[in-house]
Amino acid sequence: MRISVCIGSSCHIKGSRQVVTGLKKLIEDNGLADRVDLGGAFCMGQCQKGVCVMVDDVVHSVTPETVEAFFNDHVKGKA
Amino acid sequence: MRKFDTKVQYLKYKVLREVARRAWDGLTPEEVLEIPKVIVPGKTPTMRCCVYKERAILGERVKLAMGGNRANPNIIEVIDIACDECPAAGYEVTGSCRGCLANRCEDVCKRKAISFDHQHVAHIDKSKCVECGQCAKVCPFGAIVNRKRPCQLACKIKAIDISPDGAAAINDEKCIQCGACVYQCPFGAIQDKSFIMDVISMLVGSQGNTAYKVYAIVAPAFSSQFSHAKVGQAITGMKQLGFHTVIEAALGADLVAMTESQELVEKVAEKGAMTSSCCPAFVRYIRTAFPELADFVSHNLSPMAALAKYIKSTDPTSKVVFIGPCTAKKAERQLDTVKDYVDAVMTFEELQALFDSRDIEISDLPEDVLDNASYFGRIFARVGGLSEAVAQALKEQGIDFEARPVVCSGIEECRMALLKLSKNPKILGGNFIEGMACLGGCINGAGCLTHGDKNAAAVDRYGREAVEKTISDAVSMLQ
Repeated sequence: MRISVCIGSSCHIKGSRQVVTGLKKLIEDNGLADRVDLGGAFCMGQCQKGVCVMVDDVVHSVTPETVEAFFNDHVKGKA
Repeated sequence: MRKFDTKVQYLKYKVLREVARRAWDGLTPEEVLEIPKVIVPGKTPTMRCCVYKERAILGERVKLAMGGNRANPNIIEVIDIACDECPAAGYEVTGSCRGCLANRCEDVCKRKAISFDHQHVAHIDKSKCVECGQCAKVCPFGAIVNRKRPCQLACKIKAIDISPDGAAAINDEKCIQCGACVYQCPFGAIQDKSFIMDVISMLVGSQGNTAYKVYAIVAPAFSSQFSHAKVGQAITGMKQLGFHTVIEAALGADLVAMTESQELVEKVAEKGAMTSSCCPAFVRYIRTAFPELADFVSHNLSPMAALAKYIKSTDPTSKVVFIGPCTAKKAERQLDTVKDYVDAVMTFEELQALFDSRDIEISDLPEDVLDNASYFGRIFARVGGLSEAVAQALKEQGIDFEARPVVCSGIEECRMALLKLSKNPKILGGNFIEGMACLGGCINGAGCLTHGDKNAAAVDRYGREAVEKTISDAVSMLQ
């Protein structure tokens, strides 16, 4: 599974670093490191939805507070 | 609000703007030919002897705005018909010499080049004079002047000669493309080639970033440039021009600070010292004037190239345009190690021309945001910033090593440090040469719109506004 976190300016200000850090930890804690490819992208063109996280071509709106919920809904059990 | 330092810059800008205005819809040969007359209409000359000469020179400027002579790899070219062939006699005594009694000029001249005629008026023997300028400094009447050409005065590495016909001639082998002569020539007879046509065709070809995306990387000196508007407004303007997004080159600088600090430890153990590699004019100067020191140069890509490489890794079909204060970056882009990552380079001057070619008045626009890098990446724009960042990177990585920087502002200071290094790294007085070809660093680059004293403070202030306070946090996003 490929997950891209937007690291463009707007999402960065809204906390994309915390989202990246959170996802990294959750991926490791759940032993998914070899099945999830976590990367960055500069701007997905939907700045108002930031922090934008793309999973298999679908953009999700995530905040540092909702990382875990997002992970449980869209990553865990699917990767 | 004034946008340019000089009328020469303004003229160059007008040419770029007129070329760009037509280039969005495909520039026809007829349109190219009409540009000089659009800029200089009527019959009354305002700059030269007649409008025909003015237009002929403008024709040459149009050529440079369209990329210039592509067979010549040098980014900097002389427009020979624009060169006023300024007097180039060096130090001369003028009519203001009053034939005084003190004769300080004679006393101070170690070469005994000064003599006096029967009216006690001083004369300089050119065969003895070494142009040290001491006589001019001590003359109480200011009667001794240096009639050196501004281009030659600006070119501290002596890469400008005078051709047999009297016009300035650039020694392309020696030239480091810093652009000092471009900024200093009062007649605008030396100019950097522009690649705005390439940028426009990339933007048009992207079909609104659907065919591929066009990314802009902006140098941190950006923050000191648009005094009439906010940085965020300039970002909105750039997106209106058609860029997919704008990213700070300072993030590349954060990356460089990390790797440069690691390499410094290794290089010092091996060779005793290292030099920075982010200023392309400085690196080229080492390669041409001190080839024996090439091994001391850091292997890092420049911040521009490092970030462009990362962008291409996330989006392989992307086009990357660097926008900065620097003419030498245009040359760096041609290097084999960089050309696959950076597709075009333009200056802040050229960006302003692009805005106006689309009638985008950035001060009227809403503010977008620009925030990718740390304070330390952002202060690379001014001299000393790179050294601070390297020291910080060592600290953040827990590497117990003392970086002892030799900070060089301007190519003359670089030369002094390199001379010492070539004799013996031990007499350098440090272990890390931070070389910046422009005085004060990138904020005084030839492609800046303004070259003010307040620019360094503007860069620091902008640095402090960064969301990320440490280099590690800024680069953690890229892993």
